Amino acid sequence: MTAGTVRVYVPRDAAALACGADEVAAAIASACAQRGQAVEIIRNGSRGLFWLEPMVEVATPQGRIAYGPVSPADVPALLDAGLLHGSAHALCHGLTDAIPYLARQERLTFTRMGVTDPLSLADYEAHGGWAGLRRAQSMDGAAVVDEVLQSGLRGRGGAAFPAGIKWKTVRAAGGPQKYVVCNADEGDSGTYSDRMTMEGDPYMLIEGMAIAALAVGATQGFIYIRSEYPHAIATMTEAIARATAAGWLGDAFRLAVRKGAGSYVCGEETAMLESIEGKRGIVRAKPPLPAVQGLFGAPTVINNVITLASVPLILAQGAAFYRNYGVGRSHGTLPLQLAGNIKYGGLVEKAFGVTLRELVFGFGGGTASGRPVKAIQVGGPLGAYVPESQWDLPLDYEAYAAVGAVVGHGGIVVHDDTADMAQLARYAMQFCAIESCGKCTPCRIGSTRGVEVIDRIAAGQQREQNVTLLRDLCDTMVHGSLCAMGGMTPYPVLSALNHYPQDFGLPVQEPAHA
Amino acid sequence: MAQHATTPGALLPILHAVQDALGCIPPEVVGDIAQGLNLSRAEVHGVISYYPHFRQQPGGRQVVQVCQAESCKAMGADALMAHAAQVLGCGVHGTRADGAVSLEPVYCLGLCASSPAIMVGDRLHARVTPQRLSEIAAGLGVAA
Repeated sequence: MTAGTVRVYVPRDAAALACGADEVAAAIASACAQRGQAVEIIRNGSRGLFWLEPMVEVATPQGRIAYGPVSPADVPALLDAGLLHGSAHALCHGLTDAIPYLARQERLTFTRMGVTDPLSLADYEAHGGWAGLRRAQSMDGAAVVDEVLQSGLRGRGGAAFPAGIKWKTVRAAGGPQKYVVCNADEGDSGTYSDRMTMEGDPYMLIEGMAIAALAVGATQGFIYIRSEYPHAIATMTEAIARATAAGWLGDAFRLAVRKGAGSYVCGEETAMLESIEGKRGIVRAKPPLPAVQGLFGAPTVINNVITLASVPLILAQGAAFYRNYGVGRSHGTLPLQLAGNIKYGGLVEKAFGVTLRELVFGFGGGTASGRPVKAIQVGGPLGAYVPESQWDLPLDYEAYAAVGAVVGHGGIVVHDDTADMAQLARYAMQFCAIESCGKCTPCRIGSTRGVEVIDRIAAGQQREQNVTLLRDLCDTMVHGSLCAMGGMTPYPVLSALNHYPQDFGLPVQEPAHA
Repeated sequence: MAQHATTPGALLPILHAVQDALGCIPPEVVGDIAQGLNLSRAEVHGVISYYPHFRQQPGGRQVVQVCQAESCKAMGADALMAHAAQVLGCGVHGTRADGAVSLEPVYCLGLCASSPAIMVGDRLHARVTPQRLSEIAAGLGVAA
């Protein structure tokens, strides 16, 4: 960079592109060229403050100054006001790191997010990248597994199974070939932290997978990314090529991207394995566990993007550092995703123990519509609707399970008081009917019957009998389904019925059956 | 086919490559794919028909996907879908008579903090109001 060249950051995250970030970058480049002002435009990831996207940052001696949301039409006025010196303007938010939304977070996994150029290996290394892998390379595989076990890291995809135990099983399994598979089939509505990671800090995921491979003795890895994420696929593919060229990947551990094809149930780990093998994404019965008999019948580590992305930090800083965050048996941090009808939607990484009220009101500022919040769905389409009486619970796997809710992948979808909970319950059943793989009856048939029963309740036909029937059907689905698709669809349905009976035409005083 | 011959589990990558090149997976290629991978035609057909992303008939020249999942629903996705059907002149899962546009539901584009979201081809749009959707439709040359 020559003297006088100003460094300007315009995100390349899909959510910024969807709000016109490419057009803003082009407008800045052409306006600066006209004015004879040299600028270097860096396409960083997103900081996760999505109501400010496209958020433009300018490097100044005091630090990076944020402006947003910027439209191409704003650019001339911003430059006139002194954008390139970080001067005041109606769209200026001051130092990025001092924005309260960011300053109040505990960004461990997302520490580089939005700060670096996602594909720059030099940026990654300068911001602490590869330190975990370097340490792992100096250790015995068993010690790496133990470090992950001691950190208390649990699967961030939703099931919250201890990652270290899974790795230990795969390490102990015999056989000439083992695999590491990253589940990046982030299909839950209200979640986007996997997408942000792949688009905004892809080498972190690569590093985590390389550490997993070292720990269990795997030589081949796959990242299964949904077809709805074209930008994540492109960035991840390019990052793998660059990491391979730089020698971080190679014969010892090869990595490839596999593209999904629009099936939600392929986020279930065994259906995902079938899909990678080139088959219909049908759920397998367990056992055998994938850790023993997984991809192509070989022992396979399967973890979610955020689980694997948490590993480099654990290896670099040590298990105790990570374990000291959180509450109870939920250790570390969770990148929570505020979504739906929310004023300040975005990514909030906090240690476990934060409350929904703090997230939705303290960070999120309430609804975008300005109306009262009615229900908050936590944990995706298979997560419960959480009523106001539970908004002060600490966000913790066990505390949520105790009230029939789930933390899941950390997606938080806010609905205002115009939401019809009976219709949302119907949608949960309908979604299950559309996406069911069809292998087990409770899910395949139960979901369609569920839609019909809810329609009868909404129409007021034999309401009491049909509510009993719906509860019975949900019980069958919970206990009789092969996987979480059918097994957890009753969570949103029953929570809607229990906490919002008036929307089903039932008296409000109906006792709750959590 | 040759490019993927040594890939384990090559069927999905092959189907993606065919659809990317031809816009759909026509029935006449199923036999060749099956033979190349030593599978039955039924197995290949089963995979094509299982995944919503794969099309057996050509769609419109542009595919408009409107997210219908919870986060977008909380921001008016149902009304947006109805509006899309009206301005694009085709039903959900349908293609316009002139072949210009297909309209499909999609279940999450990962833009949930900026709902509602749509995708036109590979181009994403967030915070889409009905008016914005009409403008996008005008850009496709099919505005009502």
